[in-house]
Amino acid sequence: MTQQTIAAEEPGHRRSIASFVKSNIREYGMLLSLILIMAFFQYMTNGTLLKPLNLTNLILQNSYIVIMALGMMLIIVAGHIDLSVGSVCGFVGAVAAVLIVKLGYHWLPVTFFCLALGAAIGAVQGYFVAFWKIPSFIVTLAGMLVFKGLALWILAGQSVGPFPVPFQRMASGFLPDAATGVIEAFNLTSFLIGAAVTALVIYFNVRERRAQQAHGLVEEPFAFFLGRNLLVAGGFLLFSYLMASYKGLPNVLIVMFALIVLYAFVTSSMTIGRRIYALGGNEKAARLSGIKTNRLTFYTFTNMGLLAGLAGLIFAARLNTATPKAGLGFELDVIAACFIGGASASGGVGKVVGAVIGAFVMGVMNNGMSILGVGIDLQQMIKGLVLLAAVFLDVYYKNKA
Amino acid sequence: MTLAMTQQPRTDVILEMRGITKTFPGVNALDNVNLVVRQGEIHGVVGENGAGKSTLMKVLSGVYPHGDYSGEIYFQGRECRFRDIADSEKAGIVIIHQELALVPLLSITENIFLGNEPAKSGIIDWHAAFARTRALLKKVGLRESPDTLITDLGVGKQQLVEIAKALSKEVKLLILDEPTASLNESDSDALLALLKEFQNQGISSILISHKLNEILKVADSITVLRDGATVDCLDCHAQKVDEDRIIRSMVGRELADRYPKRSPRIGEPIFEVKDWVVYHKEHADRQLIKGINLNVRKGEIVGIAGLMGSGRTELAMSIFGRSYGQKISGQVLLHGKEIDVSTIDKAMKAGIAYVTEDRKNYGLVLIDDIRRNVTLANLGGVSRNAVIDDGEEQKVAHRYRRDLNIRCSSVFQQTVNLSGGNQQKVVLAKWLFTGPEILILDEPTRGIDVGAKYEIYTIIARLAEEGKGIIVISSEMPELLGISDRIYVMNEGRIVGEMPTKEASQEKIMRAIMKSWNN
Repeated sequence: MTQQTIAAEEPGHRRSIASFVKSNIREYGMLLSLILIMAFFQYMTNGTLLKPLNLTNLILQNSYIVIMALGMMLIIVAGHIDLSVGSVCGFVGAVAAVLIVKLGYHWLPVTFFCLALGAAIGAVQGYFVAFWKIPSFIVTLAGMLVFKGLALWILAGQSVGPFPVPFQRMASGFLPDAATGVIEAFNLTSFLIGAAVTALVIYFNVRERRAQQAHGLVEEPFAFFLGRNLLVAGGFLLFSYLMASYKGLPNVLIVMFALIVLYAFVTSSMTIGRRIYALGGNEKAARLSGIKTNRLTFYTFTNMGLLAGLAGLIFAARLNTATPKAGLGFELDVIAACFIGGASASGGVGKVVGAVIGAFVMGVMNNGMSILGVGIDLQQMIKGLVLLAAVFLDVYYKNKA
Repeated sequence: MTLAMTQQPRTDVILEMRGITKTFPGVNALDNVNLVVRQGEIHGVVGENGAGKSTLMKVLSGVYPHGDYSGEIYFQGRECRFRDIADSEKAGIVIIHQELALVPLLSITENIFLGNEPAKSGIIDWHAAFARTRALLKKVGLRESPDTLITDLGVGKQQLVEIAKALSKEVKLLILDEPTASLNESDSDALLALLKEFQNQGISSILISHKLNEILKVADSITVLRDGATVDCLDCHAQKVDEDRIIRSMVGRELADRYPKRSPRIGEPIFEVKDWVVYHKEHADRQLIKGINLNVRKGEIVGIAGLMGSGRTELAMSIFGRSYGQKISGQVLLHGKEIDVSTIDKAMKAGIAYVTEDRKNYGLVLIDDIRRNVTLANLGGVSRNAVIDDGEEQKVAHRYRRDLNIRCSSVFQQTVNLSGGNQQKVVLAKWLFTGPEILILDEPTRGIDVGAKYEIYTIIARLAEEGKGIIVISSEMPELLGISDRIYVMNEGRIVGEMPTKEASQEKIMRAIMKSWNN
């Protein structure tokens, strides 16, 4: 019957704009709500939100959440959850601090060691989930407690810092300007990089549309394509202009952007990404299709551990100290970002870009409400309601479709 | 008022549904459907998938409340306007769905009285519950303790629990939706006998089934639905009704032949299984497959007949990358050479494909579209350096859509929205795209309608013609007799008979099974 419904809605191949909007409301809706939230706070804070300094802070404050959300999205798509990321994040930062500050090791090998440590932690948890079929909720809940305790233990309850300057740069440094002083107080290199990335994004979008056209499968009306690209281009250019007029592009932003592109590509275009979606969509069918589902689950957790480790390093470097409280509650922000970004709790659904937008929805609200001086109590309540509203709308539109 | 007077329903009629019309956005699911069930009769409702049987029953049982549809329902002479299922159950109409609604980890008693517990101010009277359960179980002929957990019962017994549950509600009209779909022959017969017995006690029933032979066995009258309308109403006592007569109404055309004609060109044996032994996946001491030998020749369709529980699916899945069982031993040979089938991956690479009997749970990723399902088992075939080529992938999906005649709005349609027959074609496409030499098809036409079955048979015949070796496992003996060249009969983990289809018959197959039991 549903089949007939669809056939009835689609005379020929051309979809009407209305039906296109209907079927893609989730993706556009998310981007739109981010823009609306930003506009709202921009207005309420009298323009403070998008001041270059604040924008830079916004990026720095949310980078570790975004980075972990990339891994969490894969975990959720695979049909699992990871509650331990906050603790792992704090623990890895603590290990780095002890090794560098207390024991005097060089920061570079320690960085690599800590990334490997994160991956190893993820692998151990993944081992129990994938090969022993212990629910991920339980395994990672245990992990959350264990690593929170371990972090406390190795820091002996104290904050450890400061880090050497090159290590700090990882989180708080900026891309140096190769053309210093060409324009007064403007990081031309950063702006040009931003412009180049914009051009690349547009180029790839056009190329993809061409390819779709070649197969006669263009779904998106041209007006939407144009609008979307203008919006993206405008946003990117404005963003890089604002960043350039402060200190330029933060190093973290470059790492984060590279990771977003990498994970978006892996999930949308690579076989391993496709297999993770199939695993979350129907594990039994995926396994009977020759996909090594256990191994794949193991990999997603290992990957999550690696990203949690990276986030831990960035967070420690940003604060310039490792504290026992580092990472506290991060898992909730990360998981919320994924669900706001359209992931389905039953697995198989969710996009990397969605998780990134979700993370920034949370980030902008945190930042905006702090500027407005909204109390932490109210902030929590509002964030909770936004999460519920996002998921409710998701379910609402799915039922209507 | 006067209108109601003139249309006063007859007294020997327990249920009359008049002019039922139910629309979903854009579709007329039911269009002016009439259904009359006489007091104390077994009434068969048949129709292809999507003909509107389930929708009609949902209207009747209150799943679609009054106001959601137009038309009238008279039950025991009174017009009924059910608001929900509880409402219709109160009136004495109980529906048992195809997918059983039992809680696996609760006991029989707890399930029977779920939501209807004998209790005083919220405290359950377990003594009363157990006593009543015992009486009910006796009535349906189920010899199990009321304490037994549902998960420990076979499907046939679970069905009986469902019926006992219905009886506990003082049912007057029992509706069974495909009750025998997952039952073996003897359980099915027992169930049908039970319906007959209820009939003697004055309980009327509506039986919805694809298995026309069962309907013919017990039904007093039959209503045929097609495309949401009543097309035929047959009285089995007043006229001679047979399967062909019903099928003619169901599909609206003569099905000259239910199986495609083929002229098999059978070559040398290409696939052999030798001394295959498999133990139960949980009980390591229970041997399920007890030394099976079989072979398939090039271009041959080999049928495996047997009752439910004879080990056919377990045999197939254990061959396919040990996806079932443990302590597996024996040899699998392709073109005379032993192949490694120790993992699904290796079995696929060796050239074996297994099309599951349970396409929704084991065959498809229902939330994904046709395209993604088709390429899932062979992503390597549409990618370079692990990067998927979208264009190539779409081309492949389009090719199979055309070749297998998958009816859909586009290859981007979610498979959950496809009819059973088209879903099955998507699963077939997935396995064909892996380029197998041996295809094992487990119940390839289960739960799909007559027209789509013919299409599936045609595809199977074409694959055999291309020189592939095909094994078809089926519980429907006419199907095996209709499409295969040779039939193995399996029982209790052994091959107990082998015969060319030309010499085979349902009786011969049953006799082989019976004989093996006597030994």
